[in-house]
Amino acid sequence: MSKVKVERKKVITSETTWKETTPGGIIIDPGNAEDFLTGDWRSMRPVWNQEKCKQCLLCFPVCPDSSIIVDEDGKMLGIDYDHCKGCGVCAEVCPFKSIDYVEEE
Amino acid sequence: MAIRDRLSGNEAVAVAMRQINPDVVAAFPITPSTEVPQYFSSFVADGKVDTEFVPVESEHSAMSACIGAQAAGARTVTATSANGLALMWEMLYIAASLRLPVMLAVVNRALSGPINIHNDHSDSMGARDSGWIQIYGETNQEAYDNLIQAIRIGEHPDVMLPVMSCYDGFITSHAVENIDLIEDDKVKEFVGEYKPQYHLNDRFNPVSMGALDLQNHYFEHKRQQAEAMRNAKKVILEVAEEFYKLTGRKYGLFEEYKMEDAEIAVVVINSTAGTAKYVVDRLREKGVKAGLVKIRVYRPFPVEEIVAALSKCKAVAVMDKADSFNAAGGPLFTDVTSALYGRADGIKVINYIYGLGGRDVKTDDIEAIYNTLLDIVKTGEVKSVYNYIGVRE
Ligand code: SF4
Ligand code: SF4
Repeated sequence: MSKVKVERKKVITSETTWKETTPGGIIIDPGNAEDFLTGDWRSMRPVWNQEKCKQCLLCFPVCPDSSIIVDEDGKMLGIDYDHCKGCGVCAEVCPFKSIDYVEEE
Repeated sequence: MAIRDRLSGNEAVAVAMRQINPDVVAAFPITPSTEVPQYFSSFVADGKVDTEFVPVESEHSAMSACIGAQAAGARTVTATSANGLALMWEMLYIAASLRLPVMLAVVNRALSGPINIHNDHSDSMGARDSGWIQIYGETNQEAYDNLIQAIRIGEHPDVMLPVMSCYDGFITSHAVENIDLIEDDKVKEFVGEYKPQYHLNDRFNPVSMGALDLQNHYFEHKRQQAEAMRNAKKVILEVAEEFYKLTGRKYGLFEEYKMEDAEIAVVVINSTAGTAKYVVDRLREKGVKAGLVKIRVYRPFPVEEIVAALSKCKAVAVMDKADSFNAAGGPLFTDVTSALYGRADGIKVINYIYGLGGRDVKTDDIEAIYNTLLDIVKTGEVKSVYNYIGVRE
């Protein structure tokens, strides 16, 4: 997944007032869930070891938070800690034990 | 030129729907509203409308289909009564909170149980806080006129709320009366095209609706919804003004009947107003300064306007065709008294629950209410605030 920042029609934050927000909570910027950083929910942290990684990409489809960063050539580049909730599925699935699963500091 | 006709209330509403020519009608039959989709489906079969008619398997599905269609940018209308409205309950709130101006003709009927198919207002009164605009009509003419206006009100960009257009089951829905219909092309022009700012079929501006909305944003969306309901009052009057120019028929938030110098007044909703007006006329012949306020717009509730209308009265009786079972008074009564509180405090206000389950309301009943008000004015004493009339004691 590439990490290109998309221009928002309206940036909705926890400061947005009732006069500014969209009617009925309609999402007018598709995919704006990305603006909501869920990384701080994490209590466990996956740590990718690039040297052990065989680029098999088995971790990518199992991540429930689209947090395995893969570039346009289909190369695993690392983990998006802004959104990774630390479920550990990627570490579990990796056949080469390339992802450590450690306690969050 | 208006078209003179003779139609039942349900026929009149179905004709209004034909003239509105909505994109989608999804409905499930329930007495006494059944005729509305029934007549309308014959318009569909005869090719008189372009509507996609969806015969669903329940009212919950009817409202769900309406919400889906409206979200997709379609102008959507349905009809129901009593338990059908109750089955829509969950979805009523969703239509309102998604700000989808679905139109619903509510043919008022007693909500079970015990099971009863006749008229009272327990169905729509139960939905009074669901976030829908509620407009009530006394006659076939008003039921017809209200639905046409409701389209414009709900879809207005300052409002974007669903609207219930309510009228009494059987009394209004099935009785045939003379009616002035507007020409098809004029209705078409009056309602115009539905142009929502956002809808799901807009591929150039894709949107999502109904996303999870937690502590951070839900409150803001509810506050915004409350503001839309406040805005509706102004829009209702603007649309009424335009409608007046088209038809010569005047509508407001409520109708005042002989209120200019009234000392005693009854506040009532829907068809009973017709009976009460007859009683007012008889009392006026005897020199009694009696008046009547007939609520048209119940949500939003016209607080300041009601206060202004009643402020010169000495005693007022509010008639509720639904009980609240709160041991305090019917829904209209509690709204009227809280409007008056702190704004016009001297007025004595009493409540009568009447006509439940279609119990007939006679002129004698209404006259007895006015006589009680006269007693209150004479003695300055209110013997009982929360009363029932027409029930066997
Ligand atoms: S599953 Fe393991 S080896 Fe395969 S790409 Fe992911 S980290 Fe690399
Ligand atoms: S720990 Fe879970 S959320 Fe984080 S990258 Fe791995 S699979 Fe995705």
